[in-house]
Amino acid sequence: MNVLEFTTLVAAGSFIAGLLGSLTGLGGGVVLVPLLTIFFKVDIRYAIGASLVSVIATSSGAAAAYVKEGFSNIRIGMFLEIATTLGALSGAFLAAFVSTKFLAIIFGAVLLYSAFISRRPRTAEERNSPPDPLATKLKMNGSFPSEEGIRYYNVQRVPAGFSLMFGAGALSGLLGIGSGAVKVLAMDQAMRIPFKVSTTTSNFMIGVTAAASAGIYLNRGYIDPGLSMPVMLGVLGGSMLGVRILRKAETKVLRLVFSGVIVVLGAQMIFKGILGTI
Amino acid sequence: MKKITDLEIEEVVGNLLRIGVSISAAVVGIGACIYLARHWSQPADYRIFRGEPSDFRNVPAILHSAFTGHGRGFIQLGLVLLIATPVARVAFAIWGFAAERDRMYTLFTVVVLVILLYSLLGSGSAF
Repeated sequence: MNVLEFTTLVAAGSFIAGLLGSLTGLGGGVVLVPLLTIFFKVDIRYAIGASLVSVIATSSGAAAAYVKEGFSNIRIGMFLEIATTLGALSGAFLAAFVSTKFLAIIFGAVLLYSAFISRRPRTAEERNSPPDPLATKLKMNGSFPSEEGIRYYNVQRVPAGFSLMFGAGALSGLLGIGSGAVKVLAMDQAMRIPFKVSTTTSNFMIGVTAAASAGIYLNRGYIDPGLSMPVMLGVLGGSMLGVRILRKAETKVLRLVFSGVIVVLGAQMIFKGILGTI
Repeated sequence: MKKITDLEIEEVVGNLLRIGVSISAAVVGIGACIYLARHWSQPADYRIFRGEPSDFRNVPAILHSAFTGHGRGFIQLGLVLLIATPVARVAFAIWGFAAERDRMYTLFTVVVLVILLYSLLGSGSAF
């Protein structure tokens, strides 16, 4: 394959990944690394570097659209960012010492987990829970516009959420993904933040977390311009289109299909990691 | 003076981020044209990890490469601009919290910015 063919095919694949990722809310990064390593035979370290760049592009590109909706809570985001950026630094440092086989196996496990959590029905929202003293002190409790008017929420279990966010950051730095699935676990499950607030706040956090590890990857020579160019432009184009058609699209079937794809890719990554052919 | 709200800050920052992403995509696009025009027929092989040459690893070298007309240098410059967008967002948040006279969150945000700058500028010497 020559450079022109390679660039065109990778850009097309990344466009589809970005489109499906934004339509289903699962993120494009999670399928990019398997796509590049399994189908394009790219070394997993180059793939992770390119994926990280595309994660920043989607997060920053979508920020303006999310802000207008008025759901995101910048205080929760910024406080948890301390945990995710420290986690991302640790993950990125660790990536230099971990074998590519092991990286592939962890990646596969994260893929399977992401598919699992996206299929699970959300737990019923607890409303009117009493304010938590620590969350109150940190001024995290907030409100957002809903169909029934302004809704107020009280954030719970800040330490648990903070620790999970460190883990999310570490996975992001290690694997070059947004780790949206772990962030949702921390914000929805542990801290009881309403779904819309946690997804929009998580979008903002993903870019900052990815930037923390991207600096290290750049310095280490994992970010290749020839590979990152089609990946970044493709994912950005796909996710921008996804955001535009989101309201009209029927996402239920799409989510099912995309989770299926993620399971297959996850299993492949684990299998290839064990065989050592990655 | 009117008190600035979180939402107003967020709207300004959201639009700035979008502009930042557009600029970086344009720079990457220019680099892509130069790179493809010169190298399109060469074989593409990323099977073996070699690591990037030092031209593409730190900001001064990337700037030098871009301004001597190298396509890949241009692409890398666009990617550095992209990595800088969330960093700029955090910097703006410091300004926002300071304008709201929220000392605690100004401090938290400074901590995040320091971590980001360490990653971008400080970690290079460690490798």
